[in-house]
Amino acid sequence: MRRVYLDNNASTPVLPEVLEAMRPYFAEHFGNASSIHHHGQETRAAVERARESVAALVGGRASEIVFTSGGTEADNLAIFGIARQGDHVITSTIEHHAVLNMSKHLEAEGGEVTYVPVDGRGLVDPADVKRAIRPNTKLITIMFANNETGVVQPVAEIGKIAAEADIHFHTDAVQAVGKIPIDVDNIGCDLLTVSGHKLHGPQGVGALYVRKGTKLEPMLYGGRHERSRRAGTENVPGIVGLGKAAELAIAGFERGDDKKMATVRDRLERELLEIEATGLNGEGAPRVPNTTNIYFDGIEGEALVIALDLKGLAVSTGAACSSGAIEPSHVLIAMGLRPERAKASIRFSLGKQNTAEDADFAVNLIPQTVARLRELSPVWPSSLPKGVVSR
Amino acid sequence: MLPTETIAVAMSGGVDSSTVAAMLRAEGRNVIGLTMQLWNQRRLAGHEGMPESVQGRCCSIDDVYDARRVAETLGIPYYVVNHEERFERDVVRPFVEEYLAGRTPIPCSLCNNHLKFDQLLVVARQIGADKVATGHYAQVVFDEHVNRWLLKRPADRSKDQTYFLFGLTQEQLSRTLFPLGGMTKPEVRELARQHNLVIAEKPDSQEICFVPGGDYKRFLEAYLNEQGSTPTDVAGEMVTTDGKVIGEHAGVHNFTVGQRKGLGVATGSPLYVIQINNDTRQVVVGKDDELYSRTLRTRRVNLISTDELREPMGVAVKIRHKHQPAPAVIESSGADEVRVTFDEPQRAITPGQAAVFYDGDIVVGGGWIESSRD
Repeated sequence: MRRVYLDNNASTPVLPEVLEAMRPYFAEHFGNASSIHHHGQETRAAVERARESVAALVGGRASEIVFTSGGTEADNLAIFGIARQGDHVITSTIEHHAVLNMSKHLEAEGGEVTYVPVDGRGLVDPADVKRAIRPNTKLITIMFANNETGVVQPVAEIGKIAAEADIHFHTDAVQAVGKIPIDVDNIGCDLLTVSGHKLHGPQGVGALYVRKGTKLEPMLYGGRHERSRRAGTENVPGIVGLGKAAELAIAGFERGDDKKMATVRDRLERELLEIEATGLNGEGAPRVPNTTNIYFDGIEGEALVIALDLKGLAVSTGAACSSGAIEPSHVLIAMGLRPERAKASIRFSLGKQNTAEDADFAVNLIPQTVARLRELSPVWPSSLPKGVVSR
Repeated sequence: MLPTETIAVAMSGGVDSSTVAAMLRAEGRNVIGLTMQLWNQRRLAGHEGMPESVQGRCCSIDDVYDARRVAETLGIPYYVVNHEERFERDVVRPFVEEYLAGRTPIPCSLCNNHLKFDQLLVVARQIGADKVATGHYAQVVFDEHVNRWLLKRPADRSKDQTYFLFGLTQEQLSRTLFPLGGMTKPEVRELARQHNLVIAEKPDSQEICFVPGGDYKRFLEAYLNEQGSTPTDVAGEMVTTDGKVIGEHAGVHNFTVGQRKGLGVATGSPLYVIQINNDTRQVVVGKDDELYSRTLRTRRVNLISTDELREPMGVAVKIRHKHQPAPAVIESSGADEVRVTFDEPQRAITPGQAAVFYDGDIVVGGGWIESSRD
């Protein structure tokens, strides 16, 4: 069976060049990057080259990059490293669980958190962030691009507000890095999260950009790795892979890969919106070029994801809970969608490996599958003519 | 039946449903494994002393893990579908309300009617499966003479689950497979071993899946606590069958007909709960011989082997899961209502439980016990 993968916001395939770059660092160059000898020097050099590549991708300096085990650890470190008991943090209702649940943990530990809302397009209003500032506000953490809708937040404006108030600003840029050009100085952030496997690097590696002069309390205690900001022997193959992925992302922007991807995404989106009683989540907001989130009224997104998977198309909806079952998306609910529509929404996210034919595959498959689901739905008013169903 | 027919197997992670998946796969059917996520076992943790973690129960992460491993062993696609909202609405709330109304509910039948053979069937059909197979011990056959789908008792009488399936409609039965209907439990386990299923030696589950340790009172209190309410207006008097008040009780939900322990009153001879009067909140207690009744009334009746009861019919009636069906006559007593008259008085007929009517191996139908009085 032909399989098409349009769930790149969950994870992307490692590019062949990335795999090639990583390969020698398992058995051939295996040294501990902290060792004095030749073997250690070899891997240390590789780690530092990768650090430069990641720094170049986000517009920072190599010394400002801390490698972590992934996006979640970087998000946790940014919050834990800055805020403590008695401090106030401002975040949004649409953050990834890595930020949301860390914020809840902070509240349980005696911190204060304000969750600013988003509008119907999924956008945070910088004025809300400004209004939420208190004398004890220590950190603002607002994501760069949302994982479910791809909506890009006004991070530069928020960065300006944070700078004026002399408050640290962190942005979870996991879904933006590699998709749109990023410059930490334009954003004015002190902390920025990167994840390897969302930009065709390997899983299990990420990075936190930490602006020079930012006092960051470590979460892990051990050796003095990563300038004492993240203890633990470096994941050298992973870091090398992330570095290579960052290099390729920079080259991709130079070639205009992001614009090509937007063209494919836009066509996919246009065709899918031709289906009766559908709509775009995040309409009217700036978005990363690879993501589209569409609701198909009258269906259960869960059933559509399964039905499509059985026919070879991988897409997703909401967030999977621990058992793998799907819960209605907190992001779409925060945007004001009623729960039925949130549950009827599907995310399509492209990667560098996807072609126009992949989009065609989806466009051919989805209308008939949606029709079957609606036909068998106990709630879909199949007898009503087009246009009667409320949009 | 075409061998290419696609069948969804409702997989719980237990031996029975796992073996069903293995059998259908071995027959060459297209099999899709589905597990229903019905209840978050950690949801009530911390409320009214509920434990933080529950091991090895339905909907637990462990069971989903087991089901996933089995699906992987068999090489079938497998998905978890979330029906927590419907489960709470159609099973958990009625369960709580029934207890608060002084009845003793059976959530498993509600789950079968509203979830396993309804919601799951909808999902199954939407994803391209024509039928749902489950690990229930029961048989379903089409009878051409009466032009109806029949529900029959299984070969292994000790595992008979037809009592919980009396609510299935003709449409539901027409799309249901019970592949274990002709097998005994030891045979099923042996088959699971032959298929190298990791769950072959897993113990049977006995209790209500969402009530940890079978402690329904603690569950009720934890659920009500979570909902921000306490059982109000459930306390009342404890009275004897001749109307004498002998004490007070804290709530009708703490009692079930036939209960002897925990009555909180001391008398010379053993006392049992005879009746729970929901209107007056009185718990009526009496001697063992006062527990017997020859009649009962049922409502919300579902008939399977026939479309209506035109005249009184001699059947055997089962009034609780572990009850030996007793000879009785059933007759219609109104729309969806049936009156049951036993040949011999039956002990502890309990409102909220089901009365299921059998004609030999065939399930005629069943209804919910409203009253043990005429």
